Order: sequence, then structure tokens, then C-alpha cells
Amino acid sequence: MTAPDAIHAVLATVPDPEIPNLSIVDLGMVHRVTVAENGAPLVELLPTYSGCPATEAIAAATRRALAQAGYPDAVVRFVLTPAWSSDRITAEGRAKLEAAGIAPPACCGTPSDAARATAAPLTYHPTIPCPRCGSRNTEPLSEFSSTACKALLRCRACGEPFEYFKPI
Amino acid sequence: MFVTELLQTTPDPAAETALTLPDYDPETQAALFRYLLRLGDSVLILGQRTSEWCGHAPVLEEEMALANFGLDLIGQARMLLTYAGALEGKGRDEDTLAFLRYEHEYRNVTMTELPNGDFARTMVRHFLFASWMVLLWARLQSSADPHLAAIAGKAVKEARYHQRHAGGWVVRLGDGTALSHDKTQAALDDLWPYTAEWFESDEDDARLAQAGIAPHPGELAAPWRETVTPTLAEAQLRMPPESPFRSHGRWGRHSEHMGHLLPEMQYLQRAYPGGKW
Repeated sequence: MTAPDAIHAVLATVPDPEIPNLSIVDLGMVHRVTVAENGAPLVELLPTYSGCPATEAIAAATRRALAQAGYPDAVVRFVLTPAWSSDRITAEGRAKLEAAGIAPPACCGTPSDAARATAAPLTYHPTIPCPRCGSRNTEPLSEFSSTACKALLRCRACGEPFEYFKPI
Repeated sequence: MFVTELLQTTPDPAAETALTLPDYDPETQAALFRYLLRLGDSVLILGQRTSEWCGHAPVLEEEMALANFGLDLIGQARMLLTYAGALEGKGRDEDTLAFLRYEHEYRNVTMTELPNGDFARTMVRHFLFASWMVLLWARLQSSADPHLAAIAGKAVKEARYHQRHAGGWVVRLGDGTALSHDKTQAALDDLWPYTAEWFESDEDDARLAQAGIAPHPGELAAPWRETVTPTLAEAQLRMPPESPFRSHGRWGRHSEHMGHLLPEMQYLQRAYPGGKW
């Protein structure tokens, strides 16, 4: 295993504090792993939602995990470029979200959705399938929910409320 | 457990956001620093105002909406002020800039510091502001400055979400009962004159527009009006007439409300200088 691969394996064990079955790798937060001149690993992370209060805790957890894996001198840094987008969540990450009962973000990144959202920002609502029963007969309950990254919806078919990871 | 983890997080210089500074001539660099303050202070101060709703919103869903509005805005402010501090190169970080300046050093547009008033006024203000920010962030996405473009890339989507939510309330309240209509119309009449400031400009704006870093403020006036007009019409609201009134928050001349907002926002850093989590 080359050094960056070994580091990646460690990063894949660092959970998101608010959605712990997802790792920072699943969320697409790892921008780059390189090795500094002195041999210390340099991990560059992308912050997610602008106001996410878990950002500092994630950096600390990453540093802790690397130290435990034998990289006590690892440098963990946030970079702003490129901007994180929910489109960076991996296929595995989306599957894990769904397994946790959280609907993964609609692909705001697809040109047609983005165009519709821009053309009619006040009325555009993507149809979000229920993560429990798969029905597309769902309705928004609250545009804001337990964390900055989620909205609250309800399935009219199975009657259950569920959280929806907002696309940004 | 999460709170414990947060408290154990000791500030670490290596955790700071790493920024590779673009190579600007001194005038452009200084103009961009002031521009970042104007933008960063506007979202910071509106975020502070919005957070005053915590525990007072009319329903639980709006309690969360307003808290999240504030969180998004303060998050955007953190990135903008961090970049401003790095660009200035005098060792000021986001906290120093946010909490340790005097009133005339803040460059937020005046509307953001006005008191919240009732729920209708808060939502009208947020709708007008977010509609402007959606246009501004969209233009800044193609800024010649890579960091500003990256911040805009995320913020534009957040602003769009705010615009939709606040705009929905403007329609429901404006086209609601006679009482809610009157309150919404009164809010619009009071706030409207403060929007003129957003499209005023000076030599900094000209310089940054020339360099392709930021759009000239005046260019957004017509698109902004086109954006808000259909919603105000749907809300049965009358567009206020043009007014000669001009506010000057972007130039550091604030309303009397700013002097009351700052002591509350700055309290902790003034009482316990250098205090950290």
C-alpha cells in the first residue's frame, strides 16, 4: 500500500458526527492526500455546508484517527477551492444515507434541475422518493430540520416522516 | 458526546483554512479586502439579527428555519472574513474581524442591521436580501478570484433556498388576511428605501469590476427588480415609489441600531478577550 492509500483507508473510518454511518470519504469531503516534504501526510478537506457546526469536530476526529494509525504528525487542513457540493457524495454514501432512512439529495447538479430551480425558485420542488417504501407520493413538512443539511418530509403512502439531505 | 467532542477541540493552527493568495497589485488587494468586508459583514450582521429569533418564532418549523438562515449566513461570513484577514496580511482572523472592530469599521449594508420587527418584516427583509444575494453570488461564481468564486459556488445554493422559503411567506402573508397584508405592506414600504444602497458604487467597485473580480453593483439593479416583482405582485403588494433616501452602511456610516447590536454580538470577546471554546 502506498502512503496515500493507507491514509485514505484511515480517513474512510472517520465518521460524520451527525450522520455517523457515513464517513468523510463517503461525503466527498476529502479533497487531496499528499505527503509533505518531511514525510508527514497532508490531508486537505472541503468544508460542507457554510454553517455546519460539525466542521471543527471533524478536523479533530480526523487528526485523532490519523494519530492512532501511526501518523501523529499528520497535517489536516480545510481548503475552500473547489467548493464542496452534495454531488460529491459517493454512490456508496448515497446508499448509506438511504439505509439510515435519510433520502439522498436530488441531483441539483443535473442541468435540467438546476435550470428549473433557477427559473422558478419559489415554486420548484423536486419529487423526493420515500427512503422506507420508495413511494414518490411525498410532501415537504419543514424546509429546515434537525441539522443544517436536512429538510423534513412525509410519505403519504406509508405515513412516515423522513429526513431529506438538501442538495447544495 | 458531540458537545464534549466540540469542547475538547483545541484550536490548532494547522486546522485553519489554508489559502493560497492570488498575486494582486496593492490597490486591487486593498479594494478586494474592503469588498470582502462589505460582503462578509452584511451576511454576519443579518445572521446575528436572524439569530435573535431563537426561541421566539411563531411555530417550530420557522424556529428551525430562522436558526438555519442565521447559521448559513454566519458560515458564509466565516469564509469571507477568513479570506479578508489572510488577504490583509496583518494577522487578523475571522474572530478578530467579526468581534473586535468598532462600529464605523463595519461595512455591512444598512438593511441588515435594522431591527427584526415582526415576522412579516423579517421575512420581507430576508426575501429582498436573498433575492439580491442569489444574483450576486451567481455572478461571483465566475469571479476571476478563485476563493471568492468557490465561496459563491456554495452560497448561491443556500441563498436560493432562503429566497424560496422567505418568498413563500411574503406571498402567504401579503395575500393572507387584511391584518397580515397590512403588516407585510408596511414592512415593504419601510424596507424598500434601504435597497437603493445595494446598487450604489465607488472606486473600489469600479476597480474590481475592471479586474473581473466582482460585478459592478449597478448591473444587478434591473435583474433584481425583475426577480422580486412577480413575487410582490403575487403577494398583492404595492411596489413602493422610488425615494431619494440613501443609507450608507457599506461606507461605514450606520443607523442608530448598529450601536445596540454590536455590544450584544461582541460581548464575549470584549468581556473575555481572546476567550476560546
